[in-house]
Amino acid sequence: MAKKKGETIVTVYPAWCKGCGICVNFCPGKVLEFDEHGKAYVARMEECIGCGFCELHCPDFAISVVAKDKKDNKNNSEHKDEGKN
Amino acid sequence: MVETTKLIHEYLRHSKKFPHVYCPGCGHGIVLGSIIRSVHHLGLSKDEVVLIAGIGCSGRMAVYVDFNTIHTTHGRALTFATGVKLANPKLKVIVVMGDGDALSIGGNHFIHAARRNIGVTALVLNNNIYGMTGGQSSSTTPENSYSTTTPYGHLERDFDVVNLALGCGANFVSRTTALHAQLMDKLLTKAIENPGFNVVEVLTPCFTQYGRKNKFKNVVEMYSWYRKNTIKVEKYKELPEEKRAGKIPIGVFSDKQEPGFEEKYGQLREKLRSKK
Ligand SMILES: Cc1ncc(C[n+]2csc(CCOP(=O)(O)OP(=O)(O)O)c2C)c(N)n1
Ligand code: SF4
Ligand code: SF4
Ligand code: SF4
Repeated sequence: MAKKKGETIVTVYPAWCKGCGICVNFCPGKVLEFDEHGKAYVARMEECIGCGFCELHCPDFAISVVAKDKKDNKNNSEHKDEGKN
Repeated sequence: MVETTKLIHEYLRHSKKFPHVYCPGCGHGIVLGSIIRSVHHLGLSKDEVVLIAGIGCSGRMAVYVDFNTIHTTHGRALTFATGVKLANPKLKVIVVMGDGDALSIGGNHFIHAARRNIGVTALVLNNNIYGMTGGQSSSTTPENSYSTTTPYGHLERDFDVVNLALGCGANFVSRTTALHAQLMDKLLTKAIENPGFNVVEVLTPCFTQYGRKNKFKNVVEMYSWYRKNTIKVEKYKELPEEKRAGKIPIGVFSDKQEPGFEEKYGQLREKLRSKK
């Protein structure tokens, strides 16, 4: 797993985030903050060391962390708005 | 890097309402992710896995994940699991229970399933409380802590799930917390493959029903508490007796490979048949 800064893309899916604060508080790089709706957002992508903590510990599967050089970088955008039924 | 979140979505039942019903920060969601990653890591197909849950917030997990699932009655998940495993020993059976489910109403089933060494993974989501029904004390609510039913403090002692399982002779006995997801993945991966009765206790925070009554300001503080108060079991064993107080050991406490009940039953059946 990448340990250098700036080699990863972190994405938060606001529709699934419940604003619990796990990622915001435990991220070693202070990459994430709360927006005005109380949801997590990526404030400092360049500080991410790609440790994967946020992705493993988000209880709502609302964050993904992928390597920048990964070709298949679509993330889960197809799931972004699911669950509204 | 594995695209973990993408992977998890492949195993969720997207016909169900998401985000799931759990409160913000509830550790049950982290456990759900860990189950999925462990099954994927083992290369099992969805159809080879049966997830059997009781009733409680923990039990809701059976609704969300796309394996064979049975959402059973409160406290009885292990009995359904015993039947499934005996009927088709090839299936990997994962039983998800809350502390109330596994050790209060279901305590008797728990000790006898462990003693019998039936080949299932018993995942105990220990949040020290009855989450779903309003925060009544359970058999793992710590002494002196507060709950809906013990507003002046709990007078009873709590079960130590690991020691209980060890005493009943379970093959594999382990403990982790929802903050230690990597350890959880490791333990679950091992437990699913191991023969006989395998226990994974996960300490998981319920801020809604337990935390806020017990001086935690938010759920993040409960995760920080796990970080501060847990210690790897190997290190714990090296500590002198007086330094152990208040420390919760995590890791593997027993790792036996004795044959499961269903295996012995199968062998006996073969033997009796060949005598005919
Ligand atoms: C036979 C029976 N008794 C009682 C109940 C009510 N009940 C539902 S869930 C529950 C306890 C839930 O606590 P736990 O098992 O620890 O799971 P959690 O919700 O904390 O995950 C109780 C007492 C029930 N559904 N069935
Ligand atoms: S851990 Fe997940 S749900 Fe919690 S604040 Fe972060 S993105 Fe939102
Ligand atoms: S991968 Fe690690 S460093 Fe990057 S945002 Fe997540 S927790 Fe922070
Ligand atoms: S009540 Fe407790 S156990 Fe139930 S979803 Fe909320 S935090 Fe989780």
